[in-house]
Amino acid sequence: MTISIRSVEKKFGRYPALNKVDLEIADGELLALLGPSGSGKTTLLRTIAGLEFPDEGQVLFDGEDVTYASAAARRVGFVFQQYALFKHMTVAKNIAFGLDVRKGQDKPSKAEIARRVEDLLKLVELEGLGQRYPSQLSGGQRQRVALSRALAVQPSVLLLDEPFGALDATVRKSLRRELRRVHDATGVTTIFVTHDQEEALELADRVAILNQGRIEQIGTPDQVHDQPASAFVCGFVGEANSFQGEVSSGRFSAGALALPASGVRDGAAMAYVRPHDFVLDDAGFEVRVDRAHVQGALTTVNATTLDGRRIEISASRAEAARFQGAVRVAARKAHVYAA
Amino acid sequence: MSAVATRHRRATDDPTWAKVLVIGTVMAFLALVLILPLVAVFAEALRKGLDAALAAVSNPDALAAVKLTLITAAIAVPFNAVFGLCASWAIAKHDFWGKPFLITLIDLPFSVSPVVAGLIYVLVFGLQGWMGEWLLDNDLKIIFAVPGIVLATIFVTFPFVARELIPLMQEQGTSEEEAAVSMGASGLYTFWRVTAPNVRWGLLYGVLLCNARAMGEFGAVSVVSGHIRGLTNTMPLHVEILYNEYDFVGAFAVAALLCLLAVVTLLLKTALEVAQPDVRAGRGGH
Repeated sequence: MTISIRSVEKKFGRYPALNKVDLEIADGELLALLGPSGSGKTTLLRTIAGLEFPDEGQVLFDGEDVTYASAAARRVGFVFQQYALFKHMTVAKNIAFGLDVRKGQDKPSKAEIARRVEDLLKLVELEGLGQRYPSQLSGGQRQRVALSRALAVQPSVLLLDEPFGALDATVRKSLRRELRRVHDATGVTTIFVTHDQEEALELADRVAILNQGRIEQIGTPDQVHDQPASAFVCGFVGEANSFQGEVSSGRFSAGALALPASGVRDGAAMAYVRPHDFVLDDAGFEVRVDRAHVQGALTTVNATTLDGRRIEISASRAEAARFQGAVRVAARKAHVYAA
Repeated sequence: MSAVATRHRRATDDPTWAKVLVIGTVMAFLALVLILPLVAVFAEALRKGLDAALAAVSNPDALAAVKLTLITAAIAVPFNAVFGLCASWAIAKHDFWGKPFLITLIDLPFSVSPVVAGLIYVLVFGLQGWMGEWLLDNDLKIIFAVPGIVLATIFVTFPFVARELIPLMQEQGTSEEEAAVSMGASGLYTFWRVTAPNVRWGLLYGVLLCNARAMGEFGAVSVVSGHIRGLTNTMPLHVEILYNEYDFVGAFAVAALLCLLAVVTLLLKTALEVAQPDVRAGRGGH
């Protein structure tokens, strides 16, 4: 199922939640909508689901206009942030709900439904828990139930709102892999919302970054990390040291710090340097090393420039051993944007 | 303080004297305003023996009062349960113009004196009232008759269920309903299979409170009833009449029966909770 969002606008009162959003999602793709809270990512997801309706613009499923079609008519599977499991129904009843509500010829037989529930429980590795109530499950198990309930109706598209938001770090990590596995097994077009860039970069085929109701950039995880299209994306995706300064004739400067900035117009500008893009360089500027601490295979070095700007440098542990006292560093790569 | 006493203390534990003082105060207060009067009611009822009390309760006028009270509750409570469920569903799950006004209206019976509520019905349906002539022409009796008593009771008791359910439904939000609808459930199906089961305990509690008040209402009913013995006397009104006639045993015997109805209601609620532990397990949710 391909999905096209065409200049969709949505206001809540006078507050614009979505501002002329355009987005194309390919069949079988796993797309992340990434952005800070209030960026409109959940509104966009709910608009695709048919739980919100846009003020302007169109939503197309396989080229067919579904802008004002109901969620049920679109056949979407939606996983809610707090899972929204039916508390008074067993896990099996929860999963079967979308099949139980069908009428007449569309409704599968009891045996068929039971078989389907078993298959889904197996898919999310919850065999034997069908007769439990949601309150008797852990957070991660509830999330799996929500996922299989959404998949039970064989949706044309699977939509997940902050699917891992309420879980602790370990469970979150294993469920991420789980979602990827389920996606690859079913091949269903999947869109999920997250504010966690690590989650988006690890899991998604492509990432759409939203800010203030607009899409700032759409691209593969590599693209949005290595070639950020705007200052916002650069600051939001991946770690970055940010500097406020001036550009004049292709060079950015902020105090003692100087960076290449070709193609940026003269005037006030913001520069971003990834921690791993700082290297020891005798032609660079001088910093004083304050502290170094190990993070797995890498070492993070905190340093201060002569005019008091704090920077963070990331280096291999062998390399980091050379960061002692006063050293000169330069940036291999910098992202400079006119302010 | 000795080492033994401090060993298991937690930061939030209060000193023993404070606990004794607080719990003792509550107990003394409850004994004074709740238990003592309750004991007094039964003691007075049985002062001339069980036979006298039973005779007072089985007197035809008393039986008529019991019957009228039960009929009134049997009409008012289901009506308010349905109304309360509809109103709280509309308020908690939907946005519409005039919602704050509706919430205020639901609270009106709580803020208006029951006597005023009774007078309103006299004004509207009474012989000198707005609809008085029309009702007379069509031979319909509302004031000083059973319909008036039921109407006044419905008015006084209608916030109970709605007030119980609105905060509960608001807390539960709409995502379960959205989930149901997105899987193809109709509005009605969603209401019966998702919304209603989630609030059944709140509904039951609201219904019990509503019932207790419906059976015990005095002020509003007193205004519209006309106090016709054996015809328009409810139990609380009958208690007053007997008391005013210095028939203390009779008054307290009927009062004791009213108390017993309340106790039965509470026992019923407890029994339901004990009998359905799996439902309670499913209730917790998050």
